[in-house]
Amino acid sequence: MLGKLSLAAIPLDEPLPLISGAVVVLIILAVLAFITIKGWVPYLWREWLTSVDHKRIGVMYLTLGLIMLLRGYADAIMMRTQQAIAVGGSQGYLPPQHFDQIFSAHGTIMIFFVAMPLVIGLMNFVVPLQLGVRDVAFPVLNSVSFWLTASGALLINVSLVVGVFSRATWWGYPPLSGLAFSPDVGVDYYLWSLQISGVGTLLTGVNFVTTILKLRAPGMTYFRMPVFCWTALAANLLIVAAFPVLTATFIMLLLDRYLGMHFFTNDFGGNQMMYPNLFWAWGHPEVYILVLPAFGIFSEIAATFSGKGLFSYRSMVWATLGICILSFMVWLHHFFTMGAGADVNAFFGIMSSIIAVPTGVKIFNWLFTMFRGKVEFKTPMVWLVAFMITFVLGGMTGVLLAVPPVDFVLHNSAFLVAHFHNVIIGGVVFGAFAGYAYWFPKAFGFTLDERWGKASIWFWVIGFYLAFVPLYMLGLMGMTRRLQHIPDPSWQPLLLVAEVGAILVFCGILCQIIQLYVSIRTREQRRDLTGDPWNGRTLEWSTTSPPPAYNFAVLPTVETIDAFWHMKRTGRRPPVEPAYEAIEVPRNSPAGFITAFFAVIMGFSLIWQIWWLAILGFVAVAVVILIAGWSTDREHEISAAEIAQMERAG
Amino acid sequence: MTERHEHVFDDRTPGVEENEPTASVLSYTVGLALAIIATIASFVVSQTNLLWPPGIPVGLIVLAFAQIGVHLVFFLHLGSGPESTNNILALAFGILIVFLVITGSIWIIANLNSNMTPM
Repeated sequence: MLGKLSLAAIPLDEPLPLISGAVVVLIILAVLAFITIKGWVPYLWREWLTSVDHKRIGVMYLTLGLIMLLRGYADAIMMRTQQAIAVGGSQGYLPPQHFDQIFSAHGTIMIFFVAMPLVIGLMNFVVPLQLGVRDVAFPVLNSVSFWLTASGALLINVSLVVGVFSRATWWGYPPLSGLAFSPDVGVDYYLWSLQISGVGTLLTGVNFVTTILKLRAPGMTYFRMPVFCWTALAANLLIVAAFPVLTATFIMLLLDRYLGMHFFTNDFGGNQMMYPNLFWAWGHPEVYILVLPAFGIFSEIAATFSGKGLFSYRSMVWATLGICILSFMVWLHHFFTMGAGADVNAFFGIMSSIIAVPTGVKIFNWLFTMFRGKVEFKTPMVWLVAFMITFVLGGMTGVLLAVPPVDFVLHNSAFLVAHFHNVIIGGVVFGAFAGYAYWFPKAFGFTLDERWGKASIWFWVIGFYLAFVPLYMLGLMGMTRRLQHIPDPSWQPLLLVAEVGAILVFCGILCQIIQLYVSIRTREQRRDLTGDPWNGRTLEWSTTSPPPAYNFAVLPTVETIDAFWHMKRTGRRPPVEPAYEAIEVPRNSPAGFITAFFAVIMGFSLIWQIWWLAILGFVAVAVVILIAGWSTDREHEISAAEIAQMERAG
Repeated sequence: MTERHEHVFDDRTPGVEENEPTASVLSYTVGLALAIIATIASFVVSQTNLLWPPGIPVGLIVLAFAQIGVHLVFFLHLGSGPESTNNILALAFGILIVFLVITGSIWIIANLNSNMTPM
């Protein structure tokens, strides 16, 4: 009846995960109780949970990403602490089977449920506004995408309390992730939560490619699109091309685990090497799915805060498209040591070095944008400077690792760990935070506090260098990654420095929480009444902050790149009281939330092999999607009079 | 190609086409018939000696591409008209990526085996 699920799934004998799990459950229950007592449930349901407005969905994505960042950080500091104290005779406080779950969860969560939601959230909020349109191409689908991502995040956190999580790292190579060596439900939690959220991500990709190709303001030709829209287009093309590879690979691993097939085990001609090959055929484009939008964010920020147009817009676009194609030609550098011959390794090593060229072009474009500009060091601009320095360092170590003989020495070492944290924190995370500071006033109508914002940058940057420069050194000294116990006591001082760095990063996160609190408290003094707090260049700054549900009362007409800047310069801003026309906006839809609800039930019962419930969940998901797909009453009209009234008030 | 968008794009909810592409029942029926023929043909080719036996894989590959073509033209409405430039470009991108992943994988995996000690 309940498959593999029994009371034994609750880890009563392991106090650490049980207590932390219980605390999380209590916090969630307390928040839910608070919301219910305050009577906010109808508001939340009406305005947020069922909203199909791309701006609301973007904010929900960002909220999800920031909450999961705390979870991912908790994993990180636990590992840092374990490595700092489990030296020589001491075994530390984390037994191996728990430590293995933590590094697997840390990687999975940080990539899929922190970096992806942050990037997709910013794309959701910004792209339709920058294109000068009213929503994405498929608003209800957008809501479904978000809720499927949230389902995956929920499932992964359920593993904290019910059962275990994967111990097979965040990429889950067989045979370790196969049934023979991982017989418990850990790998199943990993696979099903990523399958469900992966469907959501793929739908996002379809949605945004369609939006950018098919919906743009009148006059916005491809080469008048803001660079962030270009990078979003490239990232979503990569999502559409790469995520099916991941889904198919996971299906094969699931068939191995559930039906005794042998795609990735030696019996009957299976090949375990095919898994790393396919995984990284997705995994390397994934890196660019994350970092290309970050490049786009920095391009917008560089132009805005330097007070001049982006240097060489066209080379930026071509560099983006070049990276988009090249990112599918480098994946073997993740497994140089798997045994391929010199020809193959040399080819992929050279391609990996070549992909650094368009990235270098971008760095110079940002530098030349700042050169002789009137640079204003607001928080987003300081993030840009921190990013350029940090990311160039990470890129350099990447080019070093792209040389196969060097990689043979440094493969799976702490040097590699330092490298990819260097590019993902220095690139994606800094980019997402810069975008958060930059577009926050557009989303909520008031600016963020500058002092706490800059304090947070200093803590993040110093913390980052203290945490990861020691890992570069330790890697060169021979320390491999994922060590639950440190055999060489001479490594301990550097590991303690890394621990201090991780704590400083936490101070940076604290500063951001305080910044949010302070900014909300003093919001009346920091209202953005113009809709254009930074003297921006692109269309999102031409509407009010926060924008109305329909974004633009009258769609803007675009004549150049930096359309809004051009309007301001030539005085051709839209008239104050134009002839409004009625606008159709999409109705709210609970389809996304309900789909996700049943998807969680389906995923959970598949993990625990409760077949009848899994079938019920699947049928329910299908029924909800069919009903939503066939509904015809999807828009409601806001009359011209109502719009005029809102525009006067706003 | 964007100039053409401008007159299509007026004040309406995104995602709702004013002129939903309504392919005729006839084209869907023709597509279905062709798809069925291609399917049956591939079973016939694989189960009988109609083709020279070593040529059977080639025949199946040809039929598979024919099947893909039928789907693209009759069900996904990929035409040669100017309005499908975006779709053609997307298809070209897709084919390029599939080509890179498949040839890359074959090359990588074959190369792994070539380094094994001969048994």
